Amino acid sequence: MSNQIERFEDPGLPEHIHRNADADPLAEKRAEKQVAILFLLSALGTVLTIASYIFMKSDQYVYFPVMGSTNVQQLFIGLGLTLATLCIGLGAIQWAKKLMPDQEVIAERHEFRSEEVDREELVATFHDRAGQAGIGRRPLIKRTLGLAVGLVGLSPLVLLRDTGPLPGKFFETTNWAAGTRLVLDPAGTPIKPEDLEVGAVAQVLPELPAGTPRTLENIGKDAVLLIRLRPEDFNLDPERLSWTYQGIIAFSKICTHMGCAVALYEQQTHHLLCPCHQSTFDVTRAAKVIFGPAARPLPQLALMVNADGYLTAKQPFSVPVGPSFWERNSANG
Amino acid sequence: MKKSQKIGGSVANYVDERTGAAKWVKKNLNKVFPDHWSFMLGEICLYSFIILLLSGTFLTFWFDPSQRDVVYNGAYAPLSGVSMSAAYASTLHISFDVRGGLLMRQIHHWAALIFMVAIVVHLFRVFFTGAFRKPREFNWLIGIGLLTFGIVEGFLGYSLPDDLLSGTGIRIAEAILQAIPVVGSYLAFFAFGGPFPGTAFIPRIYMVHILLLPGLFLALITIHLMLVWYQKHTQYPGPGRTEKNVVGYPLMPVYMAKAGGFFFIVFGVTAFLGAVASINPIWLYGPYTPGQISAGSQPDWYMGWLDGLVRMSPPLETHAFGHTISWNILLPGLILPGILFTGMALYPFIESWISGDKREHHLLDRPRNAPNRTALGAMSIAFMIISLANGGNDVIATHFHLTINGIMWFTRFGLFIVPPIVFLITKRICLSLQRADRDLVLHGRETGRLVMMPNGEMIEVHEQISDAKKWTLTQHQSADALPAPLPESAKLGIKGKLRARMNQANAVQVPAATVTEFKELGEGHH
Amino acid sequence: MKRLSGFRRKRIAGPILMVAALFTIGTAFGVASALPSSQHEMSSGTSTLVSEGKAIFLRGCSSCHGLNAEGGGIAPSLIGVGAAAVDFQVGTGRMPMADMSQQAMQKKPLYNPDETAALASYVASLAPGPSAVTNESLNFERDGNSAEGGQLFRTNCAMCHNFAGQGGALTNGKYAPSLMGVEPKYIYEAMVTGPQSMPKFTNTTITPQEKLSIIKWLQQANHEANQGGASLGRTGPVTEGLLVWTLGIGILIGIAVWLAMKAK
Repeated sequence: MSNQIERFEDPGLPEHIHRNADADPLAEKRAEKQVAILFLLSALGTVLTIASYIFMKSDQYVYFPVMGSTNVQQLFIGLGLTLATLCIGLGAIQWAKKLMPDQEVIAERHEFRSEEVDREELVATFHDRAGQAGIGRRPLIKRTLGLAVGLVGLSPLVLLRDTGPLPGKFFETTNWAAGTRLVLDPAGTPIKPEDLEVGAVAQVLPELPAGTPRTLENIGKDAVLLIRLRPEDFNLDPERLSWTYQGIIAFSKICTHMGCAVALYEQQTHHLLCPCHQSTFDVTRAAKVIFGPAARPLPQLALMVNADGYLTAKQPFSVPVGPSFWERNSANG
Repeated sequence: MKKSQKIGGSVANYVDERTGAAKWVKKNLNKVFPDHWSFMLGEICLYSFIILLLSGTFLTFWFDPSQRDVVYNGAYAPLSGVSMSAAYASTLHISFDVRGGLLMRQIHHWAALIFMVAIVVHLFRVFFTGAFRKPREFNWLIGIGLLTFGIVEGFLGYSLPDDLLSGTGIRIAEAILQAIPVVGSYLAFFAFGGPFPGTAFIPRIYMVHILLLPGLFLALITIHLMLVWYQKHTQYPGPGRTEKNVVGYPLMPVYMAKAGGFFFIVFGVTAFLGAVASINPIWLYGPYTPGQISAGSQPDWYMGWLDGLVRMSPPLETHAFGHTISWNILLPGLILPGILFTGMALYPFIESWISGDKREHHLLDRPRNAPNRTALGAMSIAFMIISLANGGNDVIATHFHLTINGIMWFTRFGLFIVPPIVFLITKRICLSLQRADRDLVLHGRETGRLVMMPNGEMIEVHEQISDAKKWTLTQHQSADALPAPLPESAKLGIKGKLRARMNQANAVQVPAATVTEFKELGEGHH
Repeated sequence: MKRLSGFRRKRIAGPILMVAALFTIGTAFGVASALPSSQHEMSSGTSTLVSEGKAIFLRGCSSCHGLNAEGGGIAPSLIGVGAAAVDFQVGTGRMPMADMSQQAMQKKPLYNPDETAALASYVASLAPGPSAVTNESLNFERDGNSAEGGQLFRTNCAMCHNFAGQGGALTNGKYAPSLMGVEPKYIYEAMVTGPQSMPKFTNTTITPQEKLSIIKWLQQANHEANQGGASLGRTGPVTEGLLVWTLGIGILIGIAVWLAMKAK
């Protein structure tokens, strides 16, 4: 049926249209000059780059609209480099477009499929050689080879074992213990309840025994946010309420979703927001998740005041802080 | 013979006597490359990769990939006396104490962003024109590999300076590792050499960033280009262009000049961005410590869509038998991207399975002539844009006076609702464009000139389009007809039925105009 | 020596020395009064100011905050918020609120500095609270340390106001405003009083000297030149991504189109 319908036919490559520069010697000269000027500009760009590098001061600034006040040396080294490279490119392309032959040429494609006879010969040769090796006839060799090759990849994996220690109880523990004083981050001074007014926050860390350095690994688990509310704002069960002190409540600052520092506290709504993925926690309800991807509340730190009147932890965190992990028993929060 | 020619000749002779290269070089100087702007997209990738190698090498001369503590005493006063990692301090040193160092850092980072943008735009071109079809499936797979490794490589580079922003990124990466069931906490400890952040991670990813992945890139890019060279480039349909030929300009001199020149163009544009626009101002972020964070912490754009998916994820975790599985991390962070990338990699095979088309294709499709594919592509772009927008929801919220909660809910629903709508609309648009093509061939171009007929009727004069144009607009169905649509029959299993259904949907096309129709119309007019 | 004594003999010398002496004393006093300032000071001279402030309060504020500033359904009590809170809220135009939107926005102040001062002393007379400060009294250049300020800022402020003080989003349309171009005294007062969503940073958690460090760092960030070209808003990778998807790839594709176009 389809052969009865007459279809449009390929008219073939259109005739070559001459450019100005092909026919007009003046246009050709002009194009030549354009290319040369572009190459000269490039050379000028390199001079600018080198001159800026040597002669400009690295602490000088200049004001440009849109950009604002910006460092002169870095700007002009960059602009010089831009000029130097861009103009080579523009020149070369202009040269190709205007002066090099622009008649399209045709090349034939070849089929990728090998000749039938070659393919047959390959198969025959392959079977023949495989037969010489006798892999089909010698299952013992085949199987043991399979075993050997399958196992050989294990050694590099095993050798990677010493890239790190085993986690042990690391994810379950922090430096907070019963009686650990809360100290300000980064000042390191202990804090009393009267230091915080209602609506005030403080970033705190556990006081470490003298001589123990404050490592980032510790901060990554220990960071705590201290917030003071009016006690009547709380909506907590009696146990959690007993973990607060005169309206002061403390939460792990490490997000239970992916470990960012959750510290955007809105003192009017009592919401805590994580800036990474916008999980929102309600401080009045023991940091219950009210929005976003986090699945668990921020762990609450039980507070008390020691004999000297300083805020201290009443007990360690009751649950592991930070993001989830396989061994985490989340049945109790 | 001039002296220079003589020297050149003897060098060539020396080389050829030892390699026999003359024959190969002679043949390939005539290698034909079709000319089209969209064929330069892959070159942008290649050239920005070269720029990355050059600028990256420069940076390694000063960068110290170490997380040991140092106290900064360099030129940047606001951080003077602050304790930080050596990696961060050396990045500050490059930025403020090495002349042109900041420029190189910015060129390196801009080139990385351009590299990733160009890969994605190149992928769009290859997808929408059907360039992935037989015999180019291998190159499609290599391309997907390059995209995937590019995302990883970019993330590692973003992580190296150890500033507050990149440290936050590493923290999230650690949480993803930690969330992997069964082995997560072990993997995290092995990767970081102990607890996060430790002192091992940056030196390790530095090796991966400057050695392992660039080596892999070099190998994959080489194979990618060798295949392009060997299989010859695809070309857009048009007069004189067939499945059996390739029409364009020879390697020497035209293509050499254009492609070589374009390298310098890409370098120039990257240098321009590096000169005039600040990128990753790490001195403002400050050194990383896990207790600090900045509002609006985002990854670079090629990770932004992943971050957007993670942000919109529902708060799902499974707690059972003393174990925790974080679906809110695994689902958007690993499972969904895994499915998407696998689907993308398998697409050429799925399409040819559905259509039953096993022929070689060297002529590209005009996107409108493959409505389903084009609609699928548009749908994927819509998906990406929505998730990417959610990745920047905090910045969008403050700049357009929206709420992050509102954007989050919009994207949570939009992610499922918008892409199918985009699919339907795109498909309709493609079919309409096909119809427009058909009308154009049969009725010609509207000239806007009105003529009064003897009977007083006003008609608009239509002008015939050229034979070349007619061919371009009809060639896709002229070559040889597509395989007939598969019938849906009771004998087929579920898989077969599904295939037949999709095959029939795929075969929906506006028939291209034919000479027969054209003649009939002409007879009718006179 | 000769020249100096000649100068002393001139008639103009007396007033100049007087001004200089006053300036020195004033500065010293200013510094002294800036630092403690948790208690409010009352003197007999301020009682007229208080009644003046009360009059303004009754006209402009009492409809929401109550006749005795005890607060109402939509507005908090002002008892104990101190002069600092009034100076901040009214001085930056946040109060009186134009509309009951998510949060009070900064706008052109409705009351002039004198009226603001009167209102402040009225509110301060209700109960002790942090007192207002002046820009001159905050000698952050001398007493602040910008490196320390940067660390404090990143620990306590950057999570809401962004790493460079550009502001950021909070929940449900609320936002932390940009701190660029904000007068030092308002930054100081905001830290002490915790306006709207912002929590308070008491003088024990962040000492007055540390507050001056934060202000010094912020002023530096405010005036810091762009080291590497246009700042792109200092909001991080979002604007960078936007630029590369528009200008970056745009220029390159534009040149590619030119490259593939046939020359005339």
